[in-house]
Amino acid sequence: MTLRRGRAALAAAALLILLVGCAAQTDADARGTGTRSATPVAELSGTLTVFAAASLTETFDALAEEFERQHPSVEVVVNYGGSGALAQQIVSGAPADVFAAASEATMQTVVDDGLAADPVAFATNTLELVVPAGNPGAVTGLPDLAQPELAIALCDPVVPCGAAAEKLLAAVGVAAAPDTLEEDVKAVVTKVRLGEADAGLVYVTDVRAAGDDVEGIAIPEAAAAVNVYPASPIAGSSNPEAAVAWIAMLTGPEGRRVLTEAGFGEP
Amino acid sequence: MSPDRGRGISPLILVLAGVALALLVLPLFALLIRAPWGDMGRLLTSPAVGQALLLSVVTATIATGLCLVFGIPLAILLARAERWPVLPRRLLRIAVTIPLVLPPVIGGIALLMLLGRRGVIGSLLAELGLGITYTTGAVVLAQTFVSLPFLVFAVEGALRTADRRVELAASTLGASRGQVFRLITLRLVAPGVAAGAVLCFTRALGEFGATITFAGSLPGVTRTLPIASYLALQSEPGQAIALAIILLVVSVVVLLGLRDRWMPGVGR
Repeated sequence: MTLRRGRAALAAAALLILLVGCAAQTDADARGTGTRSATPVAELSGTLTVFAAASLTETFDALAEEFERQHPSVEVVVNYGGSGALAQQIVSGAPADVFAAASEATMQTVVDDGLAADPVAFATNTLELVVPAGNPGAVTGLPDLAQPELAIALCDPVVPCGAAAEKLLAAVGVAAAPDTLEEDVKAVVTKVRLGEADAGLVYVTDVRAAGDDVEGIAIPEAAAAVNVYPASPIAGSSNPEAAVAWIAMLTGPEGRRVLTEAGFGEP
Repeated sequence: MSPDRGRGISPLILVLAGVALALLVLPLFALLIRAPWGDMGRLLTSPAVGQALLLSVVTATIATGLCLVFGIPLAILLARAERWPVLPRRLLRIAVTIPLVLPPVIGGIALLMLLGRRGVIGSLLAELGLGITYTTGAVVLAQTFVSLPFLVFAVEGALRTADRRVELAASTLGASRGQVFRLITLRLVAPGVAAGAVLCFTRALGEFGATITFAGSLPGVTRTLPIASYLALQSEPGQAIALAIILLVVSVVVLLGLRDRWMPGVGR
């Protein structure tokens, strides 16, 4: 009996050691490698975890590659999602080093929690109508979003693209008749790309990123709803130097070039 | 009853079972602890919550009904397939299992490919003005797709263990096929049917991925409780937790309503 109980305790202890060991291991990996390589500039190392709005997918993928080329011992991991959901994860203790949101209001929730300070605006984005290739619904402008016979996909107002859409539609005086309010901007693009929606309101950059499957229709009044994208290092980051370097790159010439190519505006 | 009863359970088993149970139960307790109880009244009486709850309960009930109507016959086919050659028998079983292992979002995409406005069948329906996407019907279909296997396997399990001699006896006594099915077979497998229906209902109630992909998300039409909860997480986490607690309570009440012997996995 005692032998058995001992064995059980041993198993539990082994499990614990295994878990703790794993955590310690990655920590050592993160810190250790940098000190060994000797380069004139303070060499960055470890993993850089970036939480970024879904609309930044293409640009941040490109920038991550560039960052890893410049800092070979850093591995960049980007977690894309709806800005609100990401902010929620960060506030709940998710291990982010940098947060890049699609709206200042979303970033503010993280600032209010004391986890981010002085976020830097690095890009702006405006909305555009997106329709499937060939424009089967013969959509020409914002007023078409009020047509009940068209299938319309918008972002839900709780996510930045939906808040922007709501603001823009109110400014123009169009009462949209959406068939679905999606959880993030990429979900709207997907609905349009699959032909399940005749039109959607998404960022200019998403239309560009979606390629030939969709067509964009510029909106003359788009300036009525401009989203400003802020970025900030996250307090308690395990790799603060790399976080600062990431933001420097984002706001520097390389970041500007990639963002402009994708269709983002200057803040 | 079982041979190792009385000999006690090994401490190792107890410890590991405790870890498993903690993994299952502790997150739910945390949810209850973090719930904004003071604010609960306001959160739960908001029209958005009522709308989502009503939609979820209605669609999950219809989906369960569809699962019963079409799932029991499929379970009978599956149970009788024992006598089939290996290949078709395996294929049938795989077909029923797939929705269980498929990520629901992919299930939603597959439904779009079939029934979407540009889908294989959906494009024909759309021409007739019978488009399904973005309707409450699409929610029911998505829920039926993901929950049907639960019913089929529960009923099939019951059929396999049912005493076939009773059916034989009834037919030798002159009962018609219909009578044997209604009076004997259905009654023999009733516990399996009940367990399957409950699993179906709770699975349909919690359905998220296939629904948001195939049916979309519009308040009052396609925005079910899990979708409302996910969206609330982005703006008002307290409301998301409140919604989650409603789902939890409904599920627990439904499961408690079942007699113990009808619970899945419990012997008859």
